[in-house]
Amino acid sequence: MPNFETVVVDTDLLIVGGGMSACGAAVEAAYWANKHGLRVTVVDKAAMDRSGAVAQGLSAINQYLGYAEGENTPEDYVRYVRQDLMGVSRDDLVYSIARHVDSTVHLFEKWGLPIWRDENGKVVRSGRWQIMISGESYKIIVAEAAKNAMKTLGEKGQIFERVFIVEPLVKDNRIVGAVGFSVRENKFYVFKAKAVLVGMGGAVHVFRPRSTGEGLGRSWYPPFNTGSSAYFTIRAGAEMTCQEVRFIPVRFKDAYGPVGAWFLLFQSEAKNAFGENYMVTRVDELKKWAPYGLTKPIPANLRNHLGLLDEREGKGPIYMHTEEAIARLVEKYPDEKVRKKKLKELESEAWEDFLDMTIAQALLWASQNIFPEEKPSEIAACEPYFIGSHSGASGAWVSGPEDLAPAEYFWGYGHMSTVKGLFCAGDASGACPHKFSSGSFTEGRIAAKEAIRFIVENNEEPQVDMAEVEALKERILKPLDIFEQYKNMTTDPNVNPNYIRPKQYMFRLQKIMDEYAGGVSKSFTTNKQLLERGLELLTMLKEDSEKLAAEDLHELMRCWENVHRTWQAEAHIRSVLFREETRWPGYYIRADFPNMDEENWKCFVNCRWDRNTGQWEVFKRPIITIID
Amino acid sequence: MPSYVLAEKCDGCKGQDKTACMYICPNDLMVLDKERMKAYNRDPQMCWECACCVKICPQQAMDLRGYADFMPLGASTIPLRGSQDIMWTVKFRNGTIKRFKFPIRTTPEGSIVPDAGFETGTDDLKSPLLFTEPASIGRELATLKR
Repeated sequence: MPNFETVVVDTDLLIVGGGMSACGAAVEAAYWANKHGLRVTVVDKAAMDRSGAVAQGLSAINQYLGYAEGENTPEDYVRYVRQDLMGVSRDDLVYSIARHVDSTVHLFEKWGLPIWRDENGKVVRSGRWQIMISGESYKIIVAEAAKNAMKTLGEKGQIFERVFIVEPLVKDNRIVGAVGFSVRENKFYVFKAKAVLVGMGGAVHVFRPRSTGEGLGRSWYPPFNTGSSAYFTIRAGAEMTCQEVRFIPVRFKDAYGPVGAWFLLFQSEAKNAFGENYMVTRVDELKKWAPYGLTKPIPANLRNHLGLLDEREGKGPIYMHTEEAIARLVEKYPDEKVRKKKLKELESEAWEDFLDMTIAQALLWASQNIFPEEKPSEIAACEPYFIGSHSGASGAWVSGPEDLAPAEYFWGYGHMSTVKGLFCAGDASGACPHKFSSGSFTEGRIAAKEAIRFIVENNEEPQVDMAEVEALKERILKPLDIFEQYKNMTTDPNVNPNYIRPKQYMFRLQKIMDEYAGGVSKSFTTNKQLLERGLELLTMLKEDSEKLAAEDLHELMRCWENVHRTWQAEAHIRSVLFREETRWPGYYIRADFPNMDEENWKCFVNCRWDRNTGQWEVFKRPIITIID
Repeated sequence: MPSYVLAEKCDGCKGQDKTACMYICPNDLMVLDKERMKAYNRDPQMCWECACCVKICPQQAMDLRGYADFMPLGASTIPLRGSQDIMWTVKFRNGTIKRFKFPIRTTPEGSIVPDAGFETGTDDLKSPLLFTEPASIGRELATLKR
């Protein structure tokens, strides 16, 4: 085994992750920990200033109710989310986040995030729930708040950057910590904690993306979201939910720039090669998916589905008609001077939308000489992602808060998984989608306060088995050993019969998922036999994960990121296999069960990996509606 | 290759233990070649083109070259990030140049106070009210009458 120092860190609350939910958790936890004399530790695999899905910035906040102004209520939001997810979401959790989210957004604005306001001081809405921001530095601002909050704890608050968390430590179904390693120096970290809050994001690159050359990295959700939340919670023995509810966004083709402002703010239309708007020409298809297909807003997956039907019939390309939208917007101004000024404003807003959050899309337009006021731009469905914070719903099954949750959804502490002391937020918690950036931060806050309460009420020293830690250390560092042992056997270290390097391993995973679990190349369609064959191949891939090889610390992280992805993949295949219906066409179709089955499948599909037996079980949980 | 480093401009951040780009890259891609004292992107295929490295580089030695597998050559998007706003110079393949300036932050760097001036609220750990609530909501916390 390579010579790695073992660093043991004792803490009370361990926050793993550094993105929006982890920053929300840090701000909230610091306040309550201070009051109760507790320690808080944050561990981020990157630098908090630019870590997580908001690293690049954002051009909108997608969840803001305007509750104080009487615009919307949490009840409205619950109904909206349930409708978008074809009836499958947890009312209690969605409500829990929705009632706090405005508080978060008000904090963001005071901290310095520029929120667009009109001449009357009202927020500029691009949709019922969305507000426009100048969010290039969104994450830097939020991270500064988190860091400053942590500073108030003095020695009791610690932040570790560039430490990659691999495995949970669990004793008798209670979380007791986590282990990982530094990606900068030969150090193995053992964090002992009384509660752990997971905010390590969703999973990208589980499925093969459309671009497989250099553009592999231009995923819509960031490539550094690698399934670590899912892996951590599954391996801790937590019950998981909605593992079949992947998300496939429709975005500007190839660079995946946002379409929200174009559809909602600029009222732009998407049309196929023959000038048909699939939302109009295919309206009859929506009846098949009643009641959701017949209720507005039409769920995201159904909108995808209609566009994909066009594509399958060879009616592409699908164009976003930016030029028509801009023309419509400026024709309201008969005065030429005013019109020119308005055009300039719109142009600036359109480019800011990309430059604030998807610079590559601006670069793509510039490289293809696309001027949005002159010509349309292609849109397409991306590849599948695991993102419990958007229109996907995968994550851990967590308790609702006491004053909201029905008895079946309540086990002591809000947003706590079925493992005692293991809290989840953002992409890590399932069945409460549409949190986006503001809701993820908010869920981090809610979960952190509950985690501190858990620690106060269950203040026992974590029972960490150091022999187990030693075994984990050996297992986690093994890819370095394997590389050292065999690297000189062949003339090219990339091709060696004794090991697999992480990138080829990732390609193997992506090929399995793409071809058997309904990826891009299969037009998001699969069936029982394909899934079973995929699982067979995935089992062999898992066996070969023992032969991953790493040349350095960076590659060691890549090895474990891919193991994390693999477990997300397995939970997905098992859940898609279990649900014998098609509920989210546009995300995936079960060709052998092409219809929705409200009678048998209007339920959650949950699963759990048993830490003792290594066996999976997949089962149903009821949907309990608490808001009409 | 997504982000690239201009050999002539990069000074390896003057031999500090890590360069600015290494510090910031969310995907751990930037490396300092200590022999040449120049940084490079070790795995362009995993680059998100988030340009965090480009924005932070003290030498303005970094830029993005659009993904070779789908972007025609000749365009660039160059940021100049200040403390309150960011200026972008977008150059098109056909030579057209557009310039945009957007605000990024309304408060001085480092000035953030977690409670943002709101009353911190309740001391009750069992209450659903969070730090700064209800002041930061602007109204009483919603609940369901059960």
